[in-house]
Amino acid sequence: MDKQVVRRFEKIVGAGNVMAEEADRQAYAYDAAVLDSVVPALVVRPETVAQLGQVVALCNESGLPLTVRGSGTNLSGGTIPSSTESVVVVTNGLARILEINTEDLYAVVEPGVITAQFAAAVAEKGLFYPPDPGSQTVSTLGGNVAENAGGLRGLKYGVTKDYVMGVEFFDVNGELVKSGARTVKCATGFNLSDLMVGSEGLLGVFARLILKLIPPPKASRAMTAVFDSVEKASETVSAIIADRIVPCTLEFLDNFTIRTVEDFRHAGLPVDAEALLLIEVDGHPAEVAEDAEKILEICRKKGAVQVQAAGSVEEKELIWQARRDALPALARLKPTTVLEDATVPRSRIPDMVKKIKEISRIYNLDIGTFGHAGDGNLHPTILTDKRNHEEFARVEKAIDEIFEAALAMGGTLSGEHGIGLAKRKYMEKETSRGTIFYSRKLKQTFDPKNILNPGKMFGA
Amino acid sequence: MADIAELVRLLKALEDDLVSCTRCGMCQAVCPLYGETGRETDVARGKLALVENLSREILDNPEAVKERLDRCLLCGSCAAACPGGVPVLDLFLKARAIITGFLGLSPLKKAIFRGFLSNPDRFDHLMQWMGRLQGPFTRSVNETLGSSCARFMSPLIGDRHFMPIAAAAWHKKASRDFSGPRQSGRTRVVFYPGCLVDKVLPQVADAAMEVFAFHGVDVHVAARAPCCGIPALSGGDVQTFSHLVHSNIRIWRDLDFDYLVTPCATCTSTISKLWPAMQVYIGGDSAKIEKQISEIVAKTRDINAFLVDVVGVQAKAPAGGQTVTYHDPCHLKKSLGIAEQPRTLLAASGSVRLAEMANADRCCGMGGSFNLAHYELSKKIGAKKRDAILATGADAVATGCPACMLQIIDLLSHAGSNVAVRHPIEIYARALQVENKEEPS
Repeated sequence: MDKQVVRRFEKIVGAGNVMAEEADRQAYAYDAAVLDSVVPALVVRPETVAQLGQVVALCNESGLPLTVRGSGTNLSGGTIPSSTESVVVVTNGLARILEINTEDLYAVVEPGVITAQFAAAVAEKGLFYPPDPGSQTVSTLGGNVAENAGGLRGLKYGVTKDYVMGVEFFDVNGELVKSGARTVKCATGFNLSDLMVGSEGLLGVFARLILKLIPPPKASRAMTAVFDSVEKASETVSAIIADRIVPCTLEFLDNFTIRTVEDFRHAGLPVDAEALLLIEVDGHPAEVAEDAEKILEICRKKGAVQVQAAGSVEEKELIWQARRDALPALARLKPTTVLEDATVPRSRIPDMVKKIKEISRIYNLDIGTFGHAGDGNLHPTILTDKRNHEEFARVEKAIDEIFEAALAMGGTLSGEHGIGLAKRKYMEKETSRGTIFYSRKLKQTFDPKNILNPGKMFGA
Repeated sequence: MADIAELVRLLKALEDDLVSCTRCGMCQAVCPLYGETGRETDVARGKLALVENLSREILDNPEAVKERLDRCLLCGSCAAACPGGVPVLDLFLKARAIITGFLGLSPLKKAIFRGFLSNPDRFDHLMQWMGRLQGPFTRSVNETLGSSCARFMSPLIGDRHFMPIAAAAWHKKASRDFSGPRQSGRTRVVFYPGCLVDKVLPQVADAAMEVFAFHGVDVHVAARAPCCGIPALSGGDVQTFSHLVHSNIRIWRDLDFDYLVTPCATCTSTISKLWPAMQVYIGGDSAKIEKQISEIVAKTRDINAFLVDVVGVQAKAPAGGQTVTYHDPCHLKKSLGIAEQPRTLLAASGSVRLAEMANADRCCGMGGSFNLAHYELSKKIGAKKRDAILATGADAVATGCPACMLQIIDLLSHAGSNVAVRHPIEIYARALQVENKEEPS
């Protein structure tokens, strides 16, 4: 990169926050997606919102593509630099919680705040921030909003978009744009906040976020139900919801995952079961007790082989340990783990699980499936070794088929990981040509030089 | 300097472990260094990416990779939390060894590792002389802690508050053999003090001797005490590491004993985990060495774990006395899963009320040579530990690692604190003394 330009970045953020050496740049070439690395030309780490605005403006002025990076845990390649000309803007220097308002139930944060640290700070004040993506101990709130991250509590509490009250972001010229408010109601101007949620860094760069907080539930109860068929498990899920009960979490593990977790933890999981449901209800103590009873009854009626409610905190912990172990246990089987998030309407879960099994057989691949049964967001997890080119070609074909199947069932490409680079080729299949054109025109208007994370979501 | 193709070939041997890092980034949550700097090259994921790139010739700058690999506390927080179970520490140490082999040791490290560390007698002499000479150059700063600082500007000591070097290595005066033939029913241990206890914190070893005597344990203290090898290994000097492992094995192999006990978390972890994991760098007949190492590993115990798990020391109900908080050394908890036993030992004192600090298992920032090379960062990481200790209002902080003790002494001494820093064995030994005095004769 031009030395003059590097010096101007150094002038904005200080020399210590500009990384130009190759060994430093190579550490910002990847994220958690199984995709090829792209080494950026420069890495810049602003420490104030004002610096961030100037960095964005300088990128635009110099025509340098810009990829914003929180903790780089994206699973669809959204934080992989667009090209070797790219500037990576790291947000972990912007990690201040500016306000937690317990009277008006909102918080104002900078984009680099870590999700779990924020949730803990909120809990300390007696409030609740529900979105809990799997990477919450490292993921940033800015990244969560940019990807519309989900989590285990999606069914009852919704996902990140349901907690964004307002955003402030920089446009490509470094002008600060504000949308939304600290109030429950706000009918002022375009609803740009919603446009920015899930925009994957293509439309602007977050400066501050206003997030909604809610009172925490007073009680909760966790349960497990073991099934000898996926159909029965799925019917149970539908029956629970049809009975007007919305559990806060309703998770599913398939047989392959159950066996792998049991091998890993030896916690006594039923290795012969075809499906395991992990269910939690929360709310007022009386309501929780009543709902839990009803759910146990529904599980039995729908043919669960074994049903159990956690009697103690330790038992509850044991139930959720099994779910937390799913990904780590699977990941240990083979060097490369491809974690997908194709999502179907919840009634189609048995069809989807059957289809994934079939795909695993046809392509001779190990696929463990677990995920959020309550909202149809499954995580088929393909275990492979990217060095084995022949096998990896089969993995790619299997992924194509998984997406095709999800779309055929009225589902969507991504429940919570975003499109990024990994799924952009399928975008038109789910939407329409018109959607791609419209999205491109929208981006051209806001970003005429196409510097904001170009190439993601719908190609260049 | 060797051939770069040879470097690539050696690094390729790490490939199977390197590719098991999926770049999920969960190590960012636990890395104490990344917590301070936010730089990807400071966290395991970034370092592993650089080593992999070097092995795949995407990067051709071994110096740059080494510089970044060396910015690491080797605390193992990342390895303990890694969802994919990547053997991060083993990879870091092997990569350091391979790259150092290629670049060569710095003259200073060569002088220290090969000139002194690998020769226990010469090392003892050096420390003895330093112990005698330090008086005129240092002054005492904190009587509770027993710390000193430099009297004049010193490039070596800087602003550190440190423990003075003992006038003579502890093992010289304490060396003893098992008393005669085996007595039935008595446990026999080889006591391995570790360099820091031997030369800087001898009171810990004295306390251990009192406790062994009380519990009727037969003790052997060797007349020579070679280092366990960790400074050389983390410096990438596998030649010295190998030499030291052999020196130790030679001393122990013909002894008839049940356990090798050490009060040093790092020595315990090095012998138990790193000797087997780094066996490829230990010269000699590999089958023989493997057998000798596995026999020693099977007998090696941290002193807290030995007293609780083997001797059967039990917690007592607290009856007044002092409030103590406990810091989990990384090399005990994250490496060996030893967290309960030191707390049990403290509770066994009877006169101790345990007050847990926040994030007791967060690294103190010492990291051995990391503190020497990156004192400012080490201090910053340590500041969180210092605050957590002070927030408990405890009279003393205990920890089962002499290196952590030195770091915490420096941190507290700078803060002008009068919280005492002790090894759990010191507190337990003190309680035994008091108990025995009170017992009617």
